[in-house]
Amino acid sequence: MPAEPVTPPASANPATPRKDAALLALAGVEAVPGSKKPDPILVADGVTRRFGGLTAVEVDHIEVQRGSITALIGPNGAGKSTFFNLLTGFDTPSEGTWTFNGQSLAGVPSHKVARRGMVRTFQLTKALSRLTVMQNMLLGATGQKGENFLRAIFPPAWRRQEQENTARAEELLARFKLDAKRDDFAGTMSGGQRKLLEMARALMVGPEMVMLDEPMAGVNPALTQSLLGHVKQLREDGMTVLFVEHDMDMVRDISDWVLVMAQGRVIAEGPPDAIMANEAVIDAYLGGHHDAPLDEAEEQAQLDALHQEDPR
Amino acid sequence: MDFGLIFTNALTAMVGLDTVVFALAAIGLNVHFGYTGLLNFGQAAFLAVAGYGLAITVATFELPTLLGVVVGLLGAVVLALLLGAPTLRLRADYLAIVTIAAAEIVRLLFRSVSLSEYTGGSDGLGRFSDGFYSINPLGPGEYGLGPLDFDERQTWVLSVGWILIGLSCLLVFLLMRSPWGRVLKAIREDEDAVRSLGKNVFSYKLQSLVLGGVLGCLAGFMTAWGRTVVQPDNFSTDTTFFAYTIVILGGAARVFGPVVGAAIFWALLSLTDNLLTQAKSAGYISDSILTTFQIGQVRIMLVGLGLMVLMIYRPQGLFGDRRELALDAR
Repeated sequence: MPAEPVTPPASANPATPRKDAALLALAGVEAVPGSKKPDPILVADGVTRRFGGLTAVEVDHIEVQRGSITALIGPNGAGKSTFFNLLTGFDTPSEGTWTFNGQSLAGVPSHKVARRGMVRTFQLTKALSRLTVMQNMLLGATGQKGENFLRAIFPPAWRRQEQENTARAEELLARFKLDAKRDDFAGTMSGGQRKLLEMARALMVGPEMVMLDEPMAGVNPALTQSLLGHVKQLREDGMTVLFVEHDMDMVRDISDWVLVMAQGRVIAEGPPDAIMANEAVIDAYLGGHHDAPLDEAEEQAQLDALHQEDPR
Repeated sequence: MDFGLIFTNALTAMVGLDTVVFALAAIGLNVHFGYTGLLNFGQAAFLAVAGYGLAITVATFELPTLLGVVVGLLGAVVLALLLGAPTLRLRADYLAIVTIAAAEIVRLLFRSVSLSEYTGGSDGLGRFSDGFYSINPLGPGEYGLGPLDFDERQTWVLSVGWILIGLSCLLVFLLMRSPWGRVLKAIREDEDAVRSLGKNVFSYKLQSLVLGGVLGCLAGFMTAWGRTVVQPDNFSTDTTFFAYTIVILGGAARVFGPVVGAAIFWALLSLTDNLLTQAKSAGYISDSILTTFQIGQVRIMLVGLGLMVLMIYRPQGLFGDRRELALDAR
């Protein structure tokens, strides 16, 4: 990592009304696993997923504050993606209940979860390669008359709605700076552009909550900044964001609240700065009896100890 | 060697009954495989259900032809639902296994001795086509265009067949440029992505299976009327594999791909057959190389070789877009 200022420059992280609102709402929340939020959009209780003898996910209770950006972090194999799949209906939990906007989502198939306003993206980007960028976008629009078999045969039945959707898609593409790619096959785009397309496509559904599974994975640093801006913009547009991420700098930069998972459980939650200093989190990432030095003094102490054992 | 005759025969094969039947079967298969990405290896079953639905209704129960057509169509819809309901939720390869097995079950059922009272067993059924030919508006005589020459019955069958092909292509064209078709193509690319955007993938796959099955069942009617008999072994797995060859030859997910593919496939078979037969009778090929009885097999080998060359140099088929094929599927 190049030597970057620890705190990002003020211009890169301006205080915005929605961010302030989210931080204010979360200010009084206790930083313990399972803490109550003032206005949760998503509440999960006892969601458990077992694969044979292995318990991949065992989340007792979590709440996600409406209008916030919440990060879900944890070491590899912590169960983050599995938990994501469970919440969005792509996998079925062994037990547990969860509600979105007060309605239970347990047993609701994935496409209905999306229609209710909770839309996800994937860790391995799923651009529909042999469809054009515009077709990708149009697919996201909901309630399309032309998606009915009988009406599909008569273009007048859906042409107007298609034009409206196209106009909306064009606006979104312009916002994500993909408008020049409009008629290209999605498969011709770079990894970063696919991430942008996937996010833009998810917005075509008109979601209340966006679930991003590792939005920054495999994206070059220049594009990362742009993606970060887009994620923050989602909050400004009134959406709730829950995202899985590995990069701690990024988590600190954009999230209002952080959930930490390890070995299938939520082991800590709180504001990003508190989480970074949390002993349990460091243990989870590095192992309980870690050897790696955490700061220079510790490193020096370890080196001294080594020197004494083997004076050469 | 009479090259004029060889050429005329190839041209006749291009518009002939086999081309009509396989074009229709392949149009249906193109909806499944080309547009939706469904690996249906049992297209022959849809033809069989339609052909036998018609034949049993008319020949065995002596009911009107129109009712036979309705029975055949309903049979195809029911078969699609039966195949799809349990398998379309599973991964793609399961459908391939189930459909190939189902097609054999259907064929063996129609072939079975215990049902031969209704189906005629391995001999099949005949005497059900009078209703179809009685509404032929053409008077007795020869009809043709240029070197083509058919009698009034053949002309009637082929006209109906090509009208059905035209209508099927129009339907596929309209559907595939609609939002409905867009969902199918998206499912072919990645069904989880489509699910995450709020589409009921299972329902669309089932609709696709029914549509392609019904289009395939038109081929079943045409083969029944064209041959005036239905026999179980006309609906063997070869039928499905020929249809796949035709879809890939023409270019998958192209409206006219299956039609041109079928025409070229049967023209090629006719061409190689006639060339070999004439070269043989003219004495250009000695018995030590090829006997007359081997020509039938060798022509298939030659066409197979031609298809291999095509797949190497033009993997997208005749109408396909190579750039599109080069894109990774993920």
